[in-house]
Amino acid sequence: MSAPHTHAHPVAHGHDHEGSTLGEMDVRVRALETLLTQKGYVDPAALDRIIETYETKIGPHNGARVVARAWTFPDFHAWLLKDATAAIASFGFTGRQGEHMVAVENTPAVHNMVVCTLCSCYPWPVLGLPPVWYKSAPYRAKAVMDPRGVLADFGVTLPEGTTVRVWDSTAEVRYLVLPMRPQGTSEMSEDQLASLVTRDSMIGTGLALPPGAAPASVGAKA
Amino acid sequence: MNSVHDMGGMQGFGPVQPETDEPLFHAQWEARALAMTVAMGACGQWNIDLSRSARESLPPAVYLSSSYYEIWLRGLEQLMLERGLVSADELRSGHSRQTPAPLARVLAADAVDAALATGSPTTRPSGTPARFALGDRVRARNLHPPGHTRLPRYVRGHTGTVQSVHGTHIFPDRHVSHPVPPFDQTPEWLYTVVFDGAELWGPDADPALQVSVDAWEPYLEAAS
Repeated sequence: MSAPHTHAHPVAHGHDHEGSTLGEMDVRVRALETLLTQKGYVDPAALDRIIETYETKIGPHNGARVVARAWTFPDFHAWLLKDATAAIASFGFTGRQGEHMVAVENTPAVHNMVVCTLCSCYPWPVLGLPPVWYKSAPYRAKAVMDPRGVLADFGVTLPEGTTVRVWDSTAEVRYLVLPMRPQGTSEMSEDQLASLVTRDSMIGTGLALPPGAAPASVGAKA
Repeated sequence: MNSVHDMGGMQGFGPVQPETDEPLFHAQWEARALAMTVAMGACGQWNIDLSRSARESLPPAVYLSSSYYEIWLRGLEQLMLERGLVSADELRSGHSRQTPAPLARVLAADAVDAALATGSPTTRPSGTPARFALGDRVRARNLHPPGHTRLPRYVRGHTGTVQSVHGTHIFPDRHVSHPVPPFDQTPEWLYTVVFDGAELWGPDADPALQVSVDAWEPYLEAAS
C-alpha cells in the first residue's frame, strides 16, 4: 500500500488515486477472506494452492510446448487439429477452462484471433490466466469489428489479402491459435522452438518470434 | 440481458493497451479474490452461468468502472448474499455473526489439484438429433431475453454458416433458471457459426474478415 496521499491539489494532475483504491480493495478482500474462513466456507490453504498453481504450474509455457510439438511432429500436428482436447491432455494439461479445446491454425492465407466479447473466456490449461488487456473493453469491443486495428495496437501488420478469422468464445469451447512456424527454424529442437512461441501468438494478437529474438530459456513471453 | 458486458462492436473505448512484462496479479488482493471465486464456485451452490449472470447484472456504470477482479468480487458477494450464505452486515464487518449455512462441499487444499485438472465439462448426452449440419445457412434469432444469454447482440438477425458441430452442451439460458441446485442441465446442440464481416458490419467492413460465435440451437433458425 502507498503512503497517505497528502499533497495539495492546486491543479488537475496526471495520476489518479490508485494507492487509496488498492488500499480499499485490500481491506475489503481481506475482510471477505476472514469472514469466509470463519464460516468454514473456504480453506486459506486451498486458496494458497490455487494461486500457486497459476503462478508456477499453469501458464503460456504450457501452450508453447504444445505448439512446438505440433511444429515438430506431423502426427501430433494432425492430432491437435483433429482433437485438441485429447492431444493437449497428452501433456497433462487438462481441466478448468480448457475442458473442450479446439486448435486453429494460422496459414499464409488465414490469421486467427481469439476473443471473448461477453466476459473473459480463455484457455487456462494452456495459457494460464488472461492478461488485463484481454479482459478489457477495448479488446472485447474491437476484436470482432476491427481485428486489423487490434493487430496495429500490438504493432503487427499482416500481408495484404490475409483473411482475419476471429473466434468469439461464447460457449465453453476454448480456442488455441497454432501460429505459423517462423522461417529459418528447421534445425531447432522442440525446446528451442517453444522459446519462440509467445502468449500473444497463441491468442492471435502476435506472431511467433524469429529465431534469435527469443531468450535462451523456454519462456512464452507476451 | 442487453447490458454493457456485451461489448462486441462497441466503439469509443480507444486502443488496446498491452502491458510489457505484465505481472500475473497487480495486487495481492487480486490473487485472493480469484482464489476465493474459484473455491466458492467449487462449493456447488451456483454454476458458471449463474456467476456470469451475477457479474453482468451489475449496474452498467459499476461494471464499466470496475477492474476485472473487482467485477468478480462484486459478483461473488452478490451470489453469497442472494443465497443467505453471508449477510450485508457480515460483509461490512468481515466477521461471522450468524450460524454458517451447511455446505455439501468445501474445497480442501489437497483437493485443489484434482479439481482444477478436472474442471467442469459441459457436454451432456441427448437423444435429440441435430437440426443443422456443416455448411447449413442459419440466422441468429432476434432474441432479447431479460436474463442470462450467450448470444451476443452483434450477430442477432444476421446469417452465417455452420462450421462445426460440437455435440450437446448445457444450455446457459436454462442453466440459470434455478438459483440453487439441482440445476437444469438439459443440453442443446452447439455449433460454431461463421459470419462474413460485411454481413455483421455493413459495406464498409473489412472485406477479408470472418467472425464466428459458438451458438446453441435455440439461438438459431434455418436461413436459405
